[in-house]
Formats: sequence, structure tokens, C-alpha cells
Amino acid sequence: MTDAASATQVPIVGYLQLGDEPHLLANECAGCGARYFDRRNACANCGGIDFGEARVADTAVLKAFSIVHNAAPGIPVPYVSAIVETTDGTSVRSNVVGLADPMDAELGMSVALTTYVCGTDDDGTECVAFGYAPA
Amino acid sequence: MAGDSVWVLGTSMTRFARYPELDALDLASQACLDAFADGGVGIHDMDILAAGSLFHPPGLGQRLQKQIGQTGIPVYNVTNACATGATAVRVAYLAIKAGEADMGLAVGVEQMGKMGLLAGGSRSERKVYEPSGRYDAVTSIDGILGTETMPGVFAQAGMGYAYENEGVRFEQFAKVAYKNHLHSTLNPLAQYQKEFSLEEIMGSPVQSYPNTTLMCCPTGDGAAAVVLVSGERLQSMPTEVQRRAVKISASVLTSDPYVESGQVQPDVNTLTRNAAAQAYEAAGVGPEDLDLVELHDCFATAELIHYDNLGLCERGGAGDFVDSGAPFRDGSMPVNVSGGLISKGHPIGATGVANIYEVATHLRGEAGDRQIEGATVGLAHVIGLGSACGVHILEKAA
Repeated sequence: MTDAASATQVPIVGYLQLGDEPHLLANECAGCGARYFDRRNACANCGGIDFGEARVADTAVLKAFSIVHNAAPGIPVPYVSAIVETTDGTSVRSNVVGLADPMDAELGMSVALTTYVCGTDDDGTECVAFGYAPA
Repeated sequence: MAGDSVWVLGTSMTRFARYPELDALDLASQACLDAFADGGVGIHDMDILAAGSLFHPPGLGQRLQKQIGQTGIPVYNVTNACATGATAVRVAYLAIKAGEADMGLAVGVEQMGKMGLLAGGSRSERKVYEPSGRYDAVTSIDGILGTETMPGVFAQAGMGYAYENEGVRFEQFAKVAYKNHLHSTLNPLAQYQKEFSLEEIMGSPVQSYPNTTLMCCPTGDGAAAVVLVSGERLQSMPTEVQRRAVKISASVLTSDPYVESGQVQPDVNTLTRNAAAQAYEAAGVGPEDLDLVELHDCFATAELIHYDNLGLCERGGAGDFVDSGAPFRDGSMPVNVSGGLISKGHPIGATGVANIYEVATHLRGEAGDRQIEGATVGLAHVIGLGSACGVHILEKAA
């Protein structure tokens, strides 16, 4: 059990690394450099089976987005769903956060990784999510 | 005979609608019996059955046989996302091509009712965060790490195109929906047959910007069927039957090849481009030869990018293409004269068969008020996320 005063935190997904400098960590194919965020059996690009870890750049460009007004129950709307491309060429899906108005989202805008607490479970453990804020 | 040509002998579709009093077997049976009647054949003439549905429990084909005839032929139950129907058609096509069948039946059906929004996990009330799945996620990520909903995913596909190409804005996407709603007013088989103004479409509630409600396909119920026959067998049939038969000049199925962004945003473009290229090559025709196209407009944003993917417009020119009026039924390249998925409806398993029904009906000159006069070549396209793309090119009998 954890005291609320010293709540422990867990990342929402395994590829989000918390700590002093939160960042995304990808599985990178040793053969072709393709990056993946999920557990891998082999590389979908070259078929290789050797992987290393690669820290993904925090800065990115907004390549596509949608302002979602209709979602499953319990999900706050509207929110800005986005596909960003990091400055080291990795595509990431997340929300654009920190906009005064969702309609302020613009294709091509510069964004940077940020983290925030998105929920707390019954043990008091906080879930930390990531998003991209205007940079 | 292996390598023989394959033809549509009979085809039908139920009106797409909501049929709470019927089940999927009723709908599929109706489509099959009507396709038999259309082709002047029966279940005992069939050498193979391919039955497609996304949501029906396993065993649809065998359960269908219990209604329309248990003749002991091989049954293939097919599920392939929104390309399910086209895949069922291709299964029957391949059996004839392989020389194992002279005649085959393919049917697609779905009974969805008012399913509403597809995909996007409801946020479970998980009490304790524990990593699970291939991403070690501790909770549902939909709505936190972007969207998993269909209107949102296809909105992003359209916005990705807008990012790369000039002249594509909210209004160009909305024009697609304006066109398809307008077209549907001539199609008695469409789920909706109502015209909306561009202002009404742009002003209807936003689902996932830029897709408003009137830019999204509905859920619904329906079925469609085709009877396919080998060219050799067709030659033994009456002249009148041969005259109405429609040749399948190309039948192509592709999946999505690796692209860097594919793990976070399904790539609906590359596999469609690949399928189109293979289909044009196989049929020996190009986009300029097409008299009509039925393509997968699950959302207005999707139709726009498929103008480009299917080569109907210049590369990057889909915005100008819809602005020019080309894809309207009186334009140079009529697209979705049925009303498309947006207004005709999208009972998922039926869609890829119904598109073939639509094109074949025009090539036969039997499309009534919505007939594209003199149509001789048409293309039917579907895509399912995951992804699977089916393209069929049909040609009028010489």
C-alpha cells in the first residue's frame, strides 16, 4: 500500500520512461533501424530478430490531427488526437495538450513531449500519460 | 479450366436499412435467392460458397446452407475487416480460376442495428494499475494517447493528405458528402435518400473534425450476393444470359506493406495504390477508361484521398478534383453514384459485394434512374483497417 502523500507513479504504457527526463523509448531493429513501441517478435520491415533500445526525440511536428467530439463513455471530449513526427523521424500517436482552444491546432506546428497525471487507482498509484504541447 | 475467365452471372443486394425483425440469415438468404433468380441458376449449380461477415458468429456459411440448400459443397467463412465482402467474392473467383469450380456463390451480410461509434475502448473502471498487453498499458489508452475511433482515424488520414497537399480543407471534404447524399436520392436501395446542403453538412455535429455526422457512414443491416461463373461454362448458356453477364477483368487483394508511421496510424494509402496498380495491369485498362467507380467512402475524408490513391486525379490533386465536379454523376469520373457508404450505408460484410452489384448493374444498363449511360468499365474498391484492400474491375460483355 502507498500513502497518498508519497504516491507512486506508473507510466500509462511501457514505452514511456519516467524520471527526471521523461521520454519515449522504442525497440529499434538492429538490422534496419525501424522503431516500434510494442513487444516485438521480429521486424515488420526487414524480418530481423535483433533489437536494441532507442530514446525517441522529445520535439516533433504535427503531421495530422482530429478534434474528437464523440468518444466512448468516460472519455472527456473534445480532445485533439494527433500523429506527430519527432525530429529524429519517429511517428507517435497521442493527444495535443495545452491548447487554449482545440481549433488552435495547426498542421505543421512544432510540439514537444510533456507528461501529466491522468488518473489514480484504488491503491493511490498515479498513472502518468504523455502528450505533445505547442513548443 | 485453370486460367479461364470469370464472370458475374447473377447479383443482388437487399436495400440497406435497419431490419430489427430479421436476422443475418434472413438477409443473406434473400440476397442469395435473388442472385440465383437473377442468374437463372440455383443452389445445386454451385460448386463453392464463400460467406462473409465481420460480426456474425463463426459458421455463417453452413448456417446459411441450412436455409437455402445443403449440397455438401466446400464453404469458406470469410472475415477481413471492411474488405470482408470483396474477399468472399475473391475466394469464389479463385476457385473458378483454379479450375476447382465452374460456378460459385459469394455473399456478404451484416446486421449491425444501431451500433453507433465503432472502436475506441470504453474506459474500464480498473481499480489497480497493472501493465498488460503488448504495450504494457495500465489502462485504456483511447482518448489519452490519441484516438482509436473510426471517424477519428480516418479524419487523421485526410488531414495527413491535407498536410502534404495544397487546396484540401474542411470544405473539400464536405463536398464529398454533399455529392454522395445527392447521389443517394436516385437509389431506392440506399439506407438514406436525402439531399443535404453543403452548409447543413458542415454545420452538423462534429464527430471527429473534420468529419461531421453527415460526413460519416451509418451503421445498418443488409446483404449482397454474386453468382460467378467460368467463361467456358458461360459459353454453354443462352445468348441472353451471356449478354447480361459481366466480366471480372481484375480481382485484387492487398495488405498494408511496412511504412514507418504504420504502427501508430493505419496506412490506407499504399495498399490501395498497390491494389489499383495491379488491377489496372491485370485488366489492361487505366483510370481514364473507367465509366464509374464505387470506392470506400466510410468517411468523407477517406473518399477524397482515394481519388488520389486510385489514380482518378493527378497526384496531390484530390481537392481540385472534387472542386471541379468531376466525381459527380454528371462529371467526367462519376464516383459513388449509389450514394456511397455515407448514404447508401455500410453493413460491413455486405459492402464489398454490394459495390460489385452496383457496378455490374450499371454495366448491364439496369440501374434505373441512377444509370450512368453507356457504362462499359467500372471499378469497385473497399478497404478494411488493419489493413486489407480489395479492387475489382468489371467490364460489360462485348
